[in-house]
Amino acid sequence: MTDTLQAETAEKTPTPRQRSAARIADAAGGRLRWVALKIALLAIVDAVALYAVFVLFLHNEWLVLTLVTAVTILVNWIYFSRRAIPAKYLTPGIILLVVFQIFTLTYTAYIGFTNYGTGHNGTKDQAIASLMRSSLVRVEDSPTFEVTVVERVGELGLLVTDPTDGEASLGTNQKPLEPVDATMEGGKAVAVDGWTSLTFAEVLGRSTEVEQLAVPYSSDPNDGAIRTQDGQKGYLYTSTLVYDADADTMTDTATGTVYTDTGEGAFTSESGEQLLPGWQVFVGFDNFVRAITDASIRGPLIAVTLWTFVFAIVSVASTFFLGLLLAMLFQNKRMRFKNGYRIMLILPYAFPAFLGALVWAGMMNKSFGFINQVLLGGAEIPWLTDPWMAKFSVLLVNLWLGFPYMFLVCMGALQGIPEEVNEAGVMDGASPWQIFRRIKLPLLLVTVAPILIASFAFNFNNFNLIYMLTGGGPRFEDATIPVGHTDLLISMVYKVAFTGQNRDYGLASAFTILIFIVVAVIAIISFRRTKALEELS
Amino acid sequence: MKVNKKSWLALGGVVAVTVGLAGCAGTASDPKATDSSSSTLTVWVDSERVDALKGAADAYTEKTGVKVDLVGKDVSKIKDDFIQQAPTGKGPDVVMGAHDWLGELSTNGVVAPIELGDSASGYLPVALQASTYDGTVYMLPYAVENIAILRNADIIAEPATSFDDMISKGQAAGLATPFVVEQGTEGNPYHLYPFQTAFGAPVFGTDAEGNYDPTDLQMGDPGGFEFANWLGAQGAAGNFNTDIDGDIAKTKFLSGEAAFWLTGPWNVSAATDAGINVAIDPIPSPTSAPAQPFAGVKGFFVSSESDNKVAANDFLVNYIGTEDVQLDLFKAGNVLPALTAAADTAASDPIIAGFQAVGADAVPMPAIPAMGSVWQYWGIAEAAIINGADPTTTWQKLVDDVSAAIK
Repeated sequence: MTDTLQAETAEKTPTPRQRSAARIADAAGGRLRWVALKIALLAIVDAVALYAVFVLFLHNEWLVLTLVTAVTILVNWIYFSRRAIPAKYLTPGIILLVVFQIFTLTYTAYIGFTNYGTGHNGTKDQAIASLMRSSLVRVEDSPTFEVTVVERVGELGLLVTDPTDGEASLGTNQKPLEPVDATMEGGKAVAVDGWTSLTFAEVLGRSTEVEQLAVPYSSDPNDGAIRTQDGQKGYLYTSTLVYDADADTMTDTATGTVYTDTGEGAFTSESGEQLLPGWQVFVGFDNFVRAITDASIRGPLIAVTLWTFVFAIVSVASTFFLGLLLAMLFQNKRMRFKNGYRIMLILPYAFPAFLGALVWAGMMNKSFGFINQVLLGGAEIPWLTDPWMAKFSVLLVNLWLGFPYMFLVCMGALQGIPEEVNEAGVMDGASPWQIFRRIKLPLLLVTVAPILIASFAFNFNNFNLIYMLTGGGPRFEDATIPVGHTDLLISMVYKVAFTGQNRDYGLASAFTILIFIVVAVIAIISFRRTKALEELS
Repeated sequence: MKVNKKSWLALGGVVAVTVGLAGCAGTASDPKATDSSSSTLTVWVDSERVDALKGAADAYTEKTGVKVDLVGKDVSKIKDDFIQQAPTGKGPDVVMGAHDWLGELSTNGVVAPIELGDSASGYLPVALQASTYDGTVYMLPYAVENIAILRNADIIAEPATSFDDMISKGQAAGLATPFVVEQGTEGNPYHLYPFQTAFGAPVFGTDAEGNYDPTDLQMGDPGGFEFANWLGAQGAAGNFNTDIDGDIAKTKFLSGEAAFWLTGPWNVSAATDAGINVAIDPIPSPTSAPAQPFAGVKGFFVSSESDNKVAANDFLVNYIGTEDVQLDLFKAGNVLPALTAAADTAASDPIIAGFQAVGADAVPMPAIPAMGSVWQYWGIAEAAIINGADPTTTWQKLVDDVSAAIK
């Protein structure tokens, strides 16, 4: 845009180049304010990006840093270039789409192909370090040794005072303890010639090295090694596991069992016993296969899938027809107190669904609920504890929560159908039912069909209602995952991934992908079908 | 070009992306250890206890020069966040939690052992046992929690001597529901456990060192079936009701409809605030054996990925393990301290003393992963028995299901 400035020096006989410059100047004249605004906005964007880059640099997040930089440069180029007109419109949406949709979806898909979950939480190195740490056993009846961390030419050693005889000895990771003449202070050896004693701050600075420090007690490895956790006191430990880095095996020193890396993400013995923690590995389609073949998962999965479809379809149908019925009533000119009724009908919609479900859960309590106690005079109806009653209750509450929305939508859609259609039907001698069935409903569906599909997708994943009302209960009695008769796929995924002591993010992600595929296919098919409806109008 | 609404959107989008991406990276975590940050300890604490630890943290900084950065976390998210963040090296150095997390934390390899050394003998035995997993101590305990009977002393003047005595005392006072305990449609085995132990059927047996042995499931002993039959009878009599959840139990006790409430220290303040004259009693046993509840022990873990383990261990063992700090934490949470000396000081309060008396019989809640399989079937089975299912077959099915799941 800087070339607009050239237009100010217009000559008497303008060259073609100057003429085009003048044209641009004319076009841009009224928009200088806009240009300034654009530059200001981009400046803010760039400033934020620069700050983000700075923060990321401090945290050594190179991948994200590269992404932020690339996106910022791209955005600047798009809005300063004179060509990329479509991109100017599409960029914001695409960026949001990538961040909030595509990234999460890809990441979930990736998790679905791993064994990420309890016991497979980190990398192999972390698992090995953790196993080695937990395999340390303090030698029975061994005393507490006062220790001083000392250093020589970068190598750390421990100056150990034996509490039994007060003798000082010194050793390193390679050299077992040997007696030395040390400077004593209050019965503790604090310094020795040729070695520098570390202060507490220096010990803290070399925390990791101090943690790795294990000084053999004698030349016999079975005697164990002295380690210190706080740099002040040492204890004698032996290890029950030995890691062989070349063979990549763990050996249990007590039993002699050898555990090897079999590619399943944990050290496994020949008998199939696994040492946990393991680590995350790529397992291909294992999670999907397990979801479909493992009998204790398959049974509940099929039941839950069927119920999810029933729940979504019945919810959409019931709310739509109740909403439509009420909307038709309201069309009637002779009806009085319309406003009062309307407010009453919209009330459930104004109530947060969360609260609504919770209040209903309280009202449906078998012994103390309002419905049984007050309305039914002490009846013992198991609204939420019997499998079939619970399903019915869930549908009932969802109808209560959902019909006002459909009522509003149908009111609007009915306004759009001209009255002449109705009159023409009456002239031709059609019954009211025929008029509704053959004329009004098809015309209505043209407008409402996309909303019904959206409502189906929403109810398919209606986690809040299930979580708040029944918690998925009553539970299946013989499933290995804690799912119940009213669980939807989404709440089942939640239970697999985030409840109990055995999380299985991999399996839950696999379920999620299956759900995504189902919802996507249904949405695509339905939207195609609605195109056919549109030819009516 | 024209600048209009879409530019604003673009701006919003770009800002959201950059801030979002920066936020992903720059969560409140310790940067990788460099020389400057190596003397900062990041400690994740339950938000309600940050203030209690402030003094201890400042004093520690003064003494050693190590900065202690207390991060308040939502108690319901702290464990999952820790497990997920530890492997990335960005988690905390120290995290506050409960002992029954131990199985999960250790299976995920995110906690490092803690050597208590000679200070071990200064802790309550139950706290020490709960902090130990597979023979190794992973947690520095600071509080012990267990349930007991809250009695409305204005209605019932004397403690009940047995379970039946409690019910009859309450009925004599004209109460329809003398005794309430939190259940729910899926049961609540934690609150029923004292009655189960009274029949001599603990979940797991222990090995010589006092560790729970997952291969020794003792729920299927004859005592377990006696308990199941008793539970069925009490359910039929209406003394246990799965429709009573935590809120309903609380309401009944606060309104005076119930005189006995089996619950934990976390509900005491609700009762005293409502002006009820609360006394803490031992749990009345249905048998001649004592009713032993679960003890839950709270404490601190050291992250296995911490670059600062020396400071972390020093801070916990030589600092949080002192009587003054344990008493500070006690004042914040009103839960019995885990250090014996601090516990004795705290027990001058009759309510704390009441819980401590019950806690003397308490057994640590098993933290072994096999316990997850037990929880999964346990409550459902007990709820079914309360609601009239055949006790013997239901209990047998529970034992079979759990045994199968553990294998």
